[in-house]
Amino acid sequence: MKKKWGILGALFTFLALGQAVKDFPALGDPQQPASIHVVPRYVEKTIEETYVPNAITSIIADYRGYDTNYETTVIFTAGLSVMMILGGALKWRKNGKT
Amino acid sequence: MEEKWEDLIIETISRILIPFIQTYALYVLAHGHSSPGGGFQGGCIYAASLILLFLLYGPRGLEGNFPIKFLFILSALGVGVSYAGIGALCMLFGKNFLDYAALNNLLPHGPVEARYYGIAMVETGVQFTVMCTMALIFLKLLQEERTSV
Repeated sequence: MKKKWGILGALFTFLALGQAVKDFPALGDPQQPASIHVVPRYVEKTIEETYVPNAITSIIADYRGYDTNYETTVIFTAGLSVMMILGGALKWRKNGKT
Repeated sequence: MEEKWEDLIIETISRILIPFIQTYALYVLAHGHSSPGGGFQGGCIYAASLILLFLLYGPRGLEGNFPIKFLFILSALGVGVSYAGIGALCMLFGKNFLDYAALNNLLPHGPVEARYYGIAMVETGVQFTVMCTMALIFLKLLQEERTSV
């Protein structure tokens, strides 16, 4: 019974998300919103502003440096969480509390 | 996972492969400026070589060589000192956070080289964090497996 509701929920979410696909801009459309806001500046001014030969590196490490910083922090937090959860579990087991 | 993996073929092939995987990881890191690559990808490839090593010898065989505390401290240093430290250093010279041109005051070759070395150091920090976190999670799960069975 529980399984059936789970499958129904997944199916409903799939259909609801599928509805949104219709509103996407066409693939490779040069006038889509993502391509006309800041991308022209990245493409045209990477060399004069950052002196990095690769536009992707200039975006990752220079224009969006904060973003990459906190992405790295997220990975560090994942390691921290594993340390806390597994380390704590081991300590409980040693004390006899399961 | 208790015993050492006794298989001549697997051990020999892994011992041949691991240095090449690690060299390739460092290449991906160092060449990240002008081709796809960088700290995240290089760190993952390096961590793959370490995980191959753990699978080969088991956690007990490498007990002293990779203490979890050391990996954890190294991953904290990667994000805290090498990334945020470079950003704070740029602020110290009166520019914005992570504006690498400020490193011009430290390095002798001008703003272009300053940006080059700034990005290289930041990517190295990312590589250390990713590599140590991957290896740490794998080692910690192996230890958990060992104590619970």
